[in-house]
Amino acid sequence: MLKSIHFNSQALAYLLVAPQVIITLVFFIWPAGQALYQSFLIEDAFGLGSEFVWFENFIYLFEDDYYGESFGRTALFSFLVAVISMSFALFLAGFAERVVRGGLFYKTLLIWPYAVAPVLAGALWVIMFDPSLGIITYFLKYFGIDWNYKLNGNQAMTLVVMAAAWKQVAYNFLFFLAGIHAIPKSMIEAAAIDGSGPVRRFWTIIFPLISPVTFFLLVINTVYAFFDTFGIIHVMTQGGPAKATEILVYKVYNDGFIGLDLGGSAAQSVILMFIVISLTVIQFRYIEKKVEYK
Amino acid sequence: MIENRPILDFITHIVLIVGIVIIAFPIWVMFVGATHEGVRMVQVPLPLLPGDQFFINLKTTLLGSGLEGTKTAPVWLMLLNSLAMALSIAIGKIIISLLSAFAIVYFRFPFRMACFWMIFITLMLPVEVRILPTFEVVANLGLLNSYAGLSIPLIASATATFMFRQVFMTIPDELLESARLDGAGPMKFFKDFLVPLSRTNIAALFVILFIYGWNQYLWPLLITTDRSMYTIVMSIKRMIQAAEQTPDWHIIMMTSLLAMLPPILVVMTMQKLFIKGLIESEK
Repeated sequence: MLKSIHFNSQALAYLLVAPQVIITLVFFIWPAGQALYQSFLIEDAFGLGSEFVWFENFIYLFEDDYYGESFGRTALFSFLVAVISMSFALFLAGFAERVVRGGLFYKTLLIWPYAVAPVLAGALWVIMFDPSLGIITYFLKYFGIDWNYKLNGNQAMTLVVMAAAWKQVAYNFLFFLAGIHAIPKSMIEAAAIDGSGPVRRFWTIIFPLISPVTFFLLVINTVYAFFDTFGIIHVMTQGGPAKATEILVYKVYNDGFIGLDLGGSAAQSVILMFIVISLTVIQFRYIEKKVEYK
Repeated sequence: MIENRPILDFITHIVLIVGIVIIAFPIWVMFVGATHEGVRMVQVPLPLLPGDQFFINLKTTLLGSGLEGTKTAPVWLMLLNSLAMALSIAIGKIIISLLSAFAIVYFRFPFRMACFWMIFITLMLPVEVRILPTFEVVANLGLLNSYAGLSIPLIASATATFMFRQVFMTIPDELLESARLDGAGPMKFFKDFLVPLSRTNIAALFVILFIYGWNQYLWPLLITTDRSMYTIVMSIKRMIQAAEQTPDWHIIMMTSLLAMLPPILVVMTMQKLFIKGLIESEK
């Protein structure tokens, strides 16, 4: 990756990488190290001193039913978000690919939710589904459905999943569309000449050929659901009712900043870091593979 | 088009239009809410067609001193804060990534690979997983309630560095050779060749990073306690909470609309750059 012809001024080179490296050290490496260190400590009740306790915080977490439940909830949440937003996006992309005239128009109108902040996406859905004022609540009542996400945990989960999936559709749509565009036209034409219809062509040619895109999006959507949905949860349910929507990222914040359990929160941070690192590694291995088989 | 099937074409358009309606409906509800009087917005059912109060609400929201009882700053100030944060994050990320990619591709120096891997690590540590210790660092540096605190901790970027590295790798070696023959030093080469050659990538990245910066939520929420430093995106939750006492929904919806408008406009007007940036930064 180094150019064969290059400069040799070392001082200048250090000067050039310095800003990036210093910021990384101060705001990434050091805090991550601190989190790791704090996860081995337990502070006393008054915050005056702390004791080094090795893995006690972690053992406590794994024995804590709330943490296990939050883990399961996060898994369910990200699974639902990924599946719903990806299948809706693929469905739309499959049709959008067919459009010759007005393709740009449709595309423009489908991609803008990417630009909406998660917390605003949450706000939009909260307003539609507000137990007393919401416009959708009004229609649901009309059909005899008693909707109150502030009291009903399953309804709260449904609502945060819908808001989170809604926001991610645009992103998935763009990548699926790019993936379908990359398939050689001749392949699809050959299948058409052999007499297979559009639905059959989709399942036997397009879907298998875009499987790398699907896999890539699965990882990206999982990362998104794990970490970027904090704003959605915070504005919609604050993890409630009765912790029904408390996913891991929200729990780190809640235990650390609201509950002031520093050691426990740090241990949770460390576990989350391991999850991100493994997801990133999976993603990179996949990219390597794609390069190999090309 | 592979075959001519008018019925299928018709279905295609219907499906896409229904898709757009589903995607756009939440925003429509919010837009309609921003065009009615406050009194109308507490009567069930809420309206589904726009009213005539749009400009009046816009004026009250923008120039008012913030929603009563919400303890937030005036909306125009929060918009400015968001703009300042988004611009400094986007520009800062681009500058430091250009510089470090330049160093890594064009210089031989000890610990070159160590630097590269250290930058790579930032990719793996999103702010959400290290909030407490990062907050402590920023507090110790005295950066709470400042633009520097809002932007600098988010400025390091592995993706941008990788992207520029990729761009620089495709630039032919002969270019540097001839620039050298003409007596150009490293910084002159950087300024006169590398930056202009990566112009489109810079623009594409800017679009993505502007949206990223504008939409930051958890970080500003933690480090700003001074109302005059609040950003527009982080204030929405406070407003919705306050609505339980003072349900000024028309103002809340207008504020939300203003909060999401800048990034949406950026995406729509610079669609090509946006898509390029999105797809390249994931490579």
